Amino acid sequence: MKTNIYKIVLATVVSFVVMASCSKSLDLLPTNDVTSTTVYSTATGYKQAFAKVYASFALTGNTGPAGNGDIQGLDEGTADFLRLYWKAQELSTDEAVVAWGDPGLPDFHKMNWSASNPMLTGLYYRSFYQITLANDFIRQASDANLASRGIAADDVVAIKKFKTEARFLRAYQYAVLMDLFGNVPFITDADALGSVLPKQKTRTELFNYIESELKAIEPDLVDARKNEYGRADKAAAWALLARIYLNAQVYTGTARYTDAVTYSKKVIDAGYSLISDYTKLMRADNYNNTSEFILTINYDGMKTQNWGGTTFLTHAPIGGSMVASTFGVDGGWGGLRTTKALSDKFADITGATDKRAQFYTTGQNVDISDVSTFTDGYAITKFRNIKADGTSGSSLTFADIDFPIFRLGEMYLVYAESVLRGGTGGDATTALGYVNALRQRAYGNSNGNITSGQLTTDFILDERSRELYWEGFRRSDLIRYGKFTESTYLWPWKGGVKSGSGVDAFRKLYPIPSADISSNPNLVQNTGY
Amino acid sequence: MKKTLVALLLAVICLPTFAQDRTVTGKVTDAKDGSPLVAASVVVKGTKKGTSTGADGTFTLKVSASDNTLVVSFLNYASKEISIKGQSTFNVTLSPTSDQLNEVVVIGYGSVRKKDLTGSVANITSKDFNTGVVATPEQLISGKVAGVAITSNSGAPGAGSTIRIRGGASLNASNDPLIVIDGMPIDAGGISGQANALALINPNDIESFSVLKDASASAIYGARASNGVILITTKKGKKGAMKVNFSSQYGIAENSKQADIFTADEIRKIVNEKGTAAFKAVLGAENTDWQKQIYQSATSTDNNLSLSGAVAGALPYRLSLGNLQQDGILKTGNLKRTTIGVNLSPTFFKDHLSVNLSYKYSESSSRFADQGAIGSATNFDPTQPVYSGSKRFGGYWEWLDATSTTGLRSLSPRNPLGILEQKQDNSNVSRKIASALIDYKVHFLPDLHVVVNTGSDIATGAGTIVINDSAASSYKRYKDAGGMFNGPFHGGVNNQYLQERDNSYFNAYLNYATDLKAISSRLELTGGYEYQDYKTTNYNFPDRTYDNTIVSSPNYAFNVPEYRLISYLGRANLNIKNKYILTASVRQDGSSKFNPDNRYAVFPSAALAWKLKEEDMFKSSTVVSDLKLRASYGVTGQQDGIGYYDYISYYNLGTNTAQYQFGNAFYSIYRPGGYYYNRKWEQTATANVALDFGFFNNRVSGTIEAYNRTTTDLLNEINQPAGTNFSNKIVANIGSMENNGVEFTLNLVPIKSKDLTWDLSVNATYNKNKITKLTISDDPTYAGARYGGISGGTGNTIMIQSVGYNRGSFFVFKQVYDAKGNPIDGLFADLNRDGIINEKDLYQYKGNDPQWYLGANSKVTYKKWNAGIVMRANLGNYLYNNVASSTGTLRNIMNPLGYINNGSRDYLTSGFSGNGANYFLSDYYVKNASFFRIDNISLGYNVGKVWNDKASLQLNANIQNAYILTKYNGLDPEMTGGVDNNFYPRPRTISFGINLNF
Repeated sequence: MKTNIYKIVLATVVSFVVMASCSKSLDLLPTNDVTSTTVYSTATGYKQAFAKVYASFALTGNTGPAGNGDIQGLDEGTADFLRLYWKAQELSTDEAVVAWGDPGLPDFHKMNWSASNPMLTGLYYRSFYQITLANDFIRQASDANLASRGIAADDVVAIKKFKTEARFLRAYQYAVLMDLFGNVPFITDADALGSVLPKQKTRTELFNYIESELKAIEPDLVDARKNEYGRADKAAAWALLARIYLNAQVYTGTARYTDAVTYSKKVIDAGYSLISDYTKLMRADNYNNTSEFILTINYDGMKTQNWGGTTFLTHAPIGGSMVASTFGVDGGWGGLRTTKALSDKFADITGATDKRAQFYTTGQNVDISDVSTFTDGYAITKFRNIKADGTSGSSLTFADIDFPIFRLGEMYLVYAESVLRGGTGGDATTALGYVNALRQRAYGNSNGNITSGQLTTDFILDERSRELYWEGFRRSDLIRYGKFTESTYLWPWKGGVKSGSGVDAFRKLYPIPSADISSNPNLVQNTGY
Repeated sequence: MKKTLVALLLAVICLPTFAQDRTVTGKVTDAKDGSPLVAASVVVKGTKKGTSTGADGTFTLKVSASDNTLVVSFLNYASKEISIKGQSTFNVTLSPTSDQLNEVVVIGYGSVRKKDLTGSVANITSKDFNTGVVATPEQLISGKVAGVAITSNSGAPGAGSTIRIRGGASLNASNDPLIVIDGMPIDAGGISGQANALALINPNDIESFSVLKDASASAIYGARASNGVILITTKKGKKGAMKVNFSSQYGIAENSKQADIFTADEIRKIVNEKGTAAFKAVLGAENTDWQKQIYQSATSTDNNLSLSGAVAGALPYRLSLGNLQQDGILKTGNLKRTTIGVNLSPTFFKDHLSVNLSYKYSESSSRFADQGAIGSATNFDPTQPVYSGSKRFGGYWEWLDATSTTGLRSLSPRNPLGILEQKQDNSNVSRKIASALIDYKVHFLPDLHVVVNTGSDIATGAGTIVINDSAASSYKRYKDAGGMFNGPFHGGVNNQYLQERDNSYFNAYLNYATDLKAISSRLELTGGYEYQDYKTTNYNFPDRTYDNTIVSSPNYAFNVPEYRLISYLGRANLNIKNKYILTASVRQDGSSKFNPDNRYAVFPSAALAWKLKEEDMFKSSTVVSDLKLRASYGVTGQQDGIGYYDYISYYNLGTNTAQYQFGNAFYSIYRPGGYYYNRKWEQTATANVALDFGFFNNRVSGTIEAYNRTTTDLLNEINQPAGTNFSNKIVANIGSMENNGVEFTLNLVPIKSKDLTWDLSVNATYNKNKITKLTISDDPTYAGARYGGISGGTGNTIMIQSVGYNRGSFFVFKQVYDAKGNPIDGLFADLNRDGIINEKDLYQYKGNDPQWYLGANSKVTYKKWNAGIVMRANLGNYLYNNVASSTGTLRNIMNPLGYINNGSRDYLTSGFSGNGANYFLSDYYVKNASFFRIDNISLGYNVGKVWNDKASLQLNANIQNAYILTKYNGLDPEMTGGVDNNFYPRPRTISFGINLNF
């Protein structure tokens, strides 16, 4: 009896242990997140992953407006592509100042950024993030993968277009990196993710890659103006080529103005036309501006929410006595203004003659005695979350305004400047016509038209400022004209000095973020940092 | 000696009379209260003849003529030897052992006599617990143990504490110790509706704490032991007559300190002197003390009833019922908690099978006060009234702007009282912990125990957050998509949350102990298997306005994160001649958080104790009552505080507010997540040496201990090379860190007489921490990983982890001062002398961790009176005064957006304008926060027998948070994390209690 009891007890205990040990495994899976195999098993999954590659332009993460960010180490609201790119291209110039003291932000206008600047680090990693997503998508869309996953033939055609566009987006971001940081690590879909430490390419090598890549994908891209809204087509590739050719002298030391003429002309001849009213370019329903826009970053107040992008460009310049509701938003952030250097480019700042002069001056001082005071410096009213018919956008917090990465106006100016700088294949008369087309739209009549004698490269620089201010071009333009770091062209608070001062020439390139230098031993820092 | 002589004499005289077998009977009772001691052992000395007492404490034993002496013993009681010559009935009274060295200390997977400990284990039993209104268990031992820092996270009801044992061992992974309740490791994380998981345990049910500090003690918990282990043992029933205990505490809490801000008149003076006409125009005429408006004096009651005894003398039980009601000193906050505990500990088959069943249930309901009101109250314009006189915004005065959509001034602070009173944030949390411990002493091999311990911990947290749509905080927060500028709008909040946690635990081990007579040694072997599963179900709900309009919806109805640990463990303990004790343990842990190749790791430890007291030199010493030298080394692991599934990339579907537009359609987005295939266990190697001493019959006793802890393969968030991962930062195993420290504990009994006893205990800990590696390639230009967000600017951080410095340094600009010693606004030292002030001029300065932790406890008992005091001091800890930096500037007082704020009086010292941004990072705001505080003063009176001797009564009174001495200029110098920003003040609580036993 006694034996039985302990045998039973022992047997129970032992079987209990054995059962518990064997039935449990350490392989656990998340509830809702899935692996690549699941995502890429359907054409829908391909399109959703493809949408993420584009969405990296507009969104800061996978939860709108914030809460599940893509980029770590930076406030998520400031970590979208456009907001960061805009700061690097505009705040460092005469076109913009900001009142806020966010870490690293005042450094732009003071021109004293360092390799640990969080905004530059965020921008660099944001560009590489989109490249990494593109690389992954390109790998997933390989012929072998498409075949093995049994994707239907019709869908394969579409997915191959996606793949080509992913290559375009990658080339675009390498062009951004080439322009801002010069010599950056380089990685494509050829290397499996995480398998190699990327090697650094020189600015010239990057230029050559971007040029050849864009030419390689050109035949496979959808014809100009034939793709879905928001997706790149042949014209986008031409526009990017035109832009890098215009700046080739800066990037490689070799001018490529003839190519710039060729490719800007290709875009211009693709059937685009200027919309009639300049002030309607940056409005809540500017998805209607497809006649002029070549490629846009798409925002939506309800469905594509974030704290950067055009939401930033609409809220941040509202302050002082400005009434937020007239901009279609629920409040101003009291941050962005411009300097006198921009307003002085307009003979009449009221917008009554040249409609492009969209300044708010009531209660604002034209001179900036304190960068952190909103009322010092004119505010800009270019971005309004209001539809062309005056009705409001879908949300009063998040803007609907889409942002054109390329638009026809820029191509006109690229053409004109390239012709003036000796590019062949174009002519001065056409160039003058393009410039006057922009001015005619701006004035609403031909009063603003210029003569061929007035059309100089310096005029083009100022005209670019008048036409394209706050659209993310200014830093590159000033560098191309030798006016960015030099003492020959000064603006208020350039280099941290009220009257303006030149800074070291090495600042024409931003530093490679120390975050990457310390994690990738292949990298060498840009000179001066 | 005398007793022996008498016995001998008796034996000689009486020898002939009793030279035959006979029966002796008796009763064993507790010397303290006369209650019978059940299952006490009664053995004839020098033989194996023996029995144990029954439920009434009686025993019957056959003895032979040659038997002279009985040994009567009972766990935790001093054994007695009784001569049985000439007598056959005995009433034996045993006293609880005063010799703390015989206390049995709970260690991992077993227990050990304190004097046989080899590792560093601190044991605190209920008699030494902190008194007063203690809502959460860890506060029972705050200040009591060297090397253990327990810092309450705030003064809110039921708020948790940050517990650091020897400073913690990690950077980005968890620094919280593992907490084990009755053998079951629990999940440190809270649950929705109750951030502090421990607050769901009734402190009154706790019998003892064992704190395992060194690796020898803790390595048996390998996987989760790097930050030390706290073992909590709850009270169990004892055989014998039913005992009833009722205790009740009533407390009144008052805010002990308010933030030092300006009065209304001072604000008016500043604005009138320095403000523009526009600012003067918005000044109000009131004198509102907003802090007074939001704080209140709060009461609490804590009632506990417990019954223990044995059903039919055979089934020991303990039942407990607790009820806590606590209001917060921040208006509207409160906590109500009901706890039920049941413990059954029967034994079967002549004690071969002992079973302990335990069930704990708690239910708490809370209303959380919106702590945003604290910051708002320090910032809100004191010249304005509390109420506006209109019905708009619930009647609360707010900053208005007629041109804005909401009518409210954009970005201005909201009425502090409105924030509190207009928000209903209620939670209901229940938790059930059920566990069973089966200990089977094998019939044919009684030296072998088979122990099975299994349990489950199930909690549900649910809550609702409701804000009326007239409240300014969320006024008109949502506009219909098709709506125009004038709406339709929807405001307020009507949200809910629900979380369920289901943790299960199973452990089985064999324990074998045998005497190795040949070498006069005792060998104990333990080997087992353990399984832990932690599963949480998070339910997702839409975000709704007050009128139930959906603002955003979740993609998925729920999410079930889960992780699991499977472990094998073994320990050998060899006690040689009761002089040398060797302990070795090994544990293999597998975690589901790592890839199959890295999943398992082995954590070994070894320790040696040399009981010098047993050496001839000290054995007969009357001065030295205890002397023991200990040394240990071991490795522990860490995997808490990291992602559950990060070793491969998972795709996450974006929300419906994060879609992207192609053509006219919006597409949901799939994002590949960052991952780190090679992630593995963080490991901490600890070396420990210690000397335990006791003199004069342990009237003076203590421990001096030194340790070195080296953490390698730190789970550390590092930058990824661009283009190589889907996340630019990922937690990898890069880096190492060192902690070196010394601990000293001294227990004194300066006075011990019949009427007067004085116990005094002091402890001191010195800990020095240094980060030795952080990145893959050494880059001298890389300052380190910045963290510690502050309020002021967007994305400003104040702290850094840097190689060569202590963990948690401040990373700041060096303020320049004028000749008078006043800081010069906006002027900082150009440390790298490059002519510009940027991030390169930031430097590592001080740190948040104290270098010294000191604790002292004193208790005096005089006749029926007793008085106690608990004191603590931290030295060398610094804090960033974020209240001063974010509010103490002219720019804050007169906000450029057009409204007036209050601000820290620190402005009078700094005079900072608030222009620019660098001043946020000035070392001026990093202040020495060393402190000395009296945590608790208690007074007790033992009334004694009442109600015709049916009950005994004790009365007590306490003052908690009685006194604080510091040079720190903020609200409270004791904060974890380094940033002092709108801290919920710790109240001063005066409480009165009664304790009845019958």
